[in-house]
Amino acid sequence: MKDQSTIDNSLSRRRFLKLSGGFTIGITVVGLVPQLTSCTEDGEDTRDLVAKELNAWVNIREDGQITIMSPASEMGQGSRTALPIILAEELDADWSKVQVETSPIDPEIYGSPGFGPNARKIMLNVGSRTVRGYFKSLRQAGAQTRYVLLHSVAKAWEVPIDELSTEPSMVVHEASGRKMPYGDVVAILDIPETISEISEEQMKKPEDFRLIWNESIGRVDVVEKSNGSAQFSMDIQVPDMVYGVIERGKVHGASPSLRNEAAMRAEDGLIDLVALDYGIGVVANSLEKALKLKEQLDIDWNTNVTAAKHSSQEALDSYATLTQHDETRELRSLGNVRQAMARAAKTYTADYKNDYVYHAQMEPLNAIAAVSEDQTSAEIWAGTQGPGFVAGAVADALGIEPEKVKFNLCFLGGGFGRRSMHDYIIEAALLSKAVKKPVKMIWTREDDLRYGMYRPMSFQRMQAGTDADGNIIAFSHSITGDGSNLLASGTANEFYDIPNQEVELNIVKNGIRLKHWRSVGHGPNKFAIEGFIDQIAADQGQDPLEVRRKLMANHPKALRTLEKAAEMANWGSPLAEGRARGIAFGERSGALCTGIAEISVNKDTGKIKVHHFWSAVDGGIMVQPDNAKAQMEGGILMGMSSVLSEQLTIESGEVRQSNFHDYNLLRMADIPETLEIALLPSDEAPQGMGEASTPIVAGAIANAFLALTGKALTHLPFTPERVKAVLDA
Amino acid sequence: MPVFSLKVNSSTREVNVDSGTSLLWVLREHLGLTGTKYSCGVGQCGSCTIHVEGSPMRACTLAVETVAKGQKITTIEGLSEKGDHPVQKAWAAHQVPQCGYCQSGQIMQAAALLEKNPKPGREEILQYMNGNLCRCGTYMRIYKAIESASKEL
Repeated sequence: MKDQSTIDNSLSRRRFLKLSGGFTIGITVVGLVPQLTSCTEDGEDTRDLVAKELNAWVNIREDGQITIMSPASEMGQGSRTALPIILAEELDADWSKVQVETSPIDPEIYGSPGFGPNARKIMLNVGSRTVRGYFKSLRQAGAQTRYVLLHSVAKAWEVPIDELSTEPSMVVHEASGRKMPYGDVVAILDIPETISEISEEQMKKPEDFRLIWNESIGRVDVVEKSNGSAQFSMDIQVPDMVYGVIERGKVHGASPSLRNEAAMRAEDGLIDLVALDYGIGVVANSLEKALKLKEQLDIDWNTNVTAAKHSSQEALDSYATLTQHDETRELRSLGNVRQAMARAAKTYTADYKNDYVYHAQMEPLNAIAAVSEDQTSAEIWAGTQGPGFVAGAVADALGIEPEKVKFNLCFLGGGFGRRSMHDYIIEAALLSKAVKKPVKMIWTREDDLRYGMYRPMSFQRMQAGTDADGNIIAFSHSITGDGSNLLASGTANEFYDIPNQEVELNIVKNGIRLKHWRSVGHGPNKFAIEGFIDQIAADQGQDPLEVRRKLMANHPKALRTLEKAAEMANWGSPLAEGRARGIAFGERSGALCTGIAEISVNKDTGKIKVHHFWSAVDGGIMVQPDNAKAQMEGGILMGMSSVLSEQLTIESGEVRQSNFHDYNLLRMADIPETLEIALLPSDEAPQGMGEASTPIVAGAIANAFLALTGKALTHLPFTPERVKAVLDA
Repeated sequence: MPVFSLKVNSSTREVNVDSGTSLLWVLREHLGLTGTKYSCGVGQCGSCTIHVEGSPMRACTLAVETVAKGQKITTIEGLSEKGDHPVQKAWAAHQVPQCGYCQSGQIMQAAALLEKNPKPGREEILQYMNGNLCRCGTYMRIYKAIESASKEL
């Protein structure tokens, strides 16, 4: 692997590959490690050529068809479409002639910049980083490819290159009226010895974009996702495949001893039993058989583990008075909160809580692994957010070389953070290794829920002080829970000018499996921050919009989202009896977002109804605006789901819910009547859109409830029972 | 093991499985019709929605022998010849799918609704679709797509 810091950007290292059916360009640009191929002539080394072709970003054929590689995992976020659009825009390609293929899994070529200044490139789709991570480098790739076309035509027509321009998939020489389709350029392709890096100034201006910011360009995967042909790993079948399932303990980390091994092994259809530290794998000749045999396992569980002592509601209740923590970290300190609190005209304290939530991606975890009989190589099919890490993880587990692992990336039936781990892929590999056959290993929904990795529960103590005019001058946020940095995101308040702020994290270990969940700590933390601000505003008799206007006065971009959302919701206008609006602001993955909810509540049942939701977002340039709106909509509905109904509870280490009858996701009958999204115009680089709207939902709903009833909702989720209890209190 | 004869998407298919095997596993793993999805296995999410004699059913809760008496089974693969059922066209027009995993079930449920009532009102759409979960949060577009497919009928 080449370290990015050692990239030699000298022009002589840029190489292009000419092929008989077209030409393929291995792009060398900042942020994309060079593909070091030589210009081999047709037919000299076919094997080599094929391999090189697979390692390129774009291929143009003589008939004009353009193939662009997409290196992204597609989990619904739309990057499979957005990334090729970025390249096609600078290439000035006719989008109707573009087809998208999944790139090979090779982070050195197809990765985006990793975390940290000298980090290796990675293929990892997390934190809404895919579009922003590839934006610069794919523009450069498109621009350089276009340059090669212009250079070739300039030579053929013997005109200066700067007299040439392009229309979609067409090189144009305006002075002579000549035009040449991109496909025709293939025949006269003249690859320059050197290509300069194309500067920002030489690229398209946003006002000239044809594909980016274009509402009418749809996703490339809609048709196959509407006719049943889209291939998720769950759908893969390979010759001689058998089926594996795993019985895991009810308590996270518990280890099994099988009591009825002999009887199990005598069962018809059983291929093997595979002992793991935390479960027993059952491999059988059919899925129905494997599932049936799984139920027949008689396992003695050793539950002498931390999780067994954990009961979620008791633990959460204890956090308020807990003085001993496993670790305490200061996450932020600005000014001097203690002094400011001492001189405050009024001080406030409020506690907020949230229960565990589960990813509930619609496709339960699964993978297919085919370990070779000699156990020196393996082929894997799976949906994962981290395709670049699969070969290494599987190789480690099998004790083979990563080069011996072939990975086939499938569509993901939802990711939301859960599929950034490879536990399920390793399991499939271990089962396949044991039975020496390809194994389709699936988690049932019950497995997926009970042995899940949840967004951590947390307790948050908020304290603030205001001056004589009611301005917040001190703001303290203390978080308690398990999950370390999973609890920390979204606490910085960079867009609120409060001179004295502190954030503290108290870690308590519970032994429960935890993981990133769409927008991570932002969900609970923005709930507490935004809810608390409205509680203070209500006490001070201030309007929640005015309070935020003041706090954001020096942050025009953030303020713009606030003003736009207020305009969309017609903030301040009279509402029907029994209705109220609530507002919340949040920033996530670089996108700034304000949301406003209009709700009512059934005072007999405690059920909250969200009638309307408006949101304005500044996420920079919208590569695919309609899809960005879809991400915003989805983030709000998933947010509503987690805020109004999702609740995972644990008693003595055992998860109390098991499937969708008792773990309640938002259903169609509870959607808002309208959900409006405004994408604010911007010429700045794209920001993350996949998680932008989720964090604002809890605050918007809680603040609407406060406006409606004068009472604060402080514990997520706002189930009808909880809401009723607050109303009746 | 008994042999069951299933009338699926206008062809007759024979499968050799135990009685009690769920139709979902038969369709997906034995017949390779993988457009019908497994998600909950207990009839709570609608990802495996198919039509039996034109009515929407959850394949995961149907034992194979109950649908092997000549009933007409339609899966997403058989909904239309070219993927051009009005509901499928509306799904593309409204850019409904995100991850896409639940969408076969959503489309089958929506198609059954419009078959029953080509002009459903808002409440009827919401109630009829209430058993089909979507985690990506595409419900707003599902609703709009059903409304617009309804206008085409």
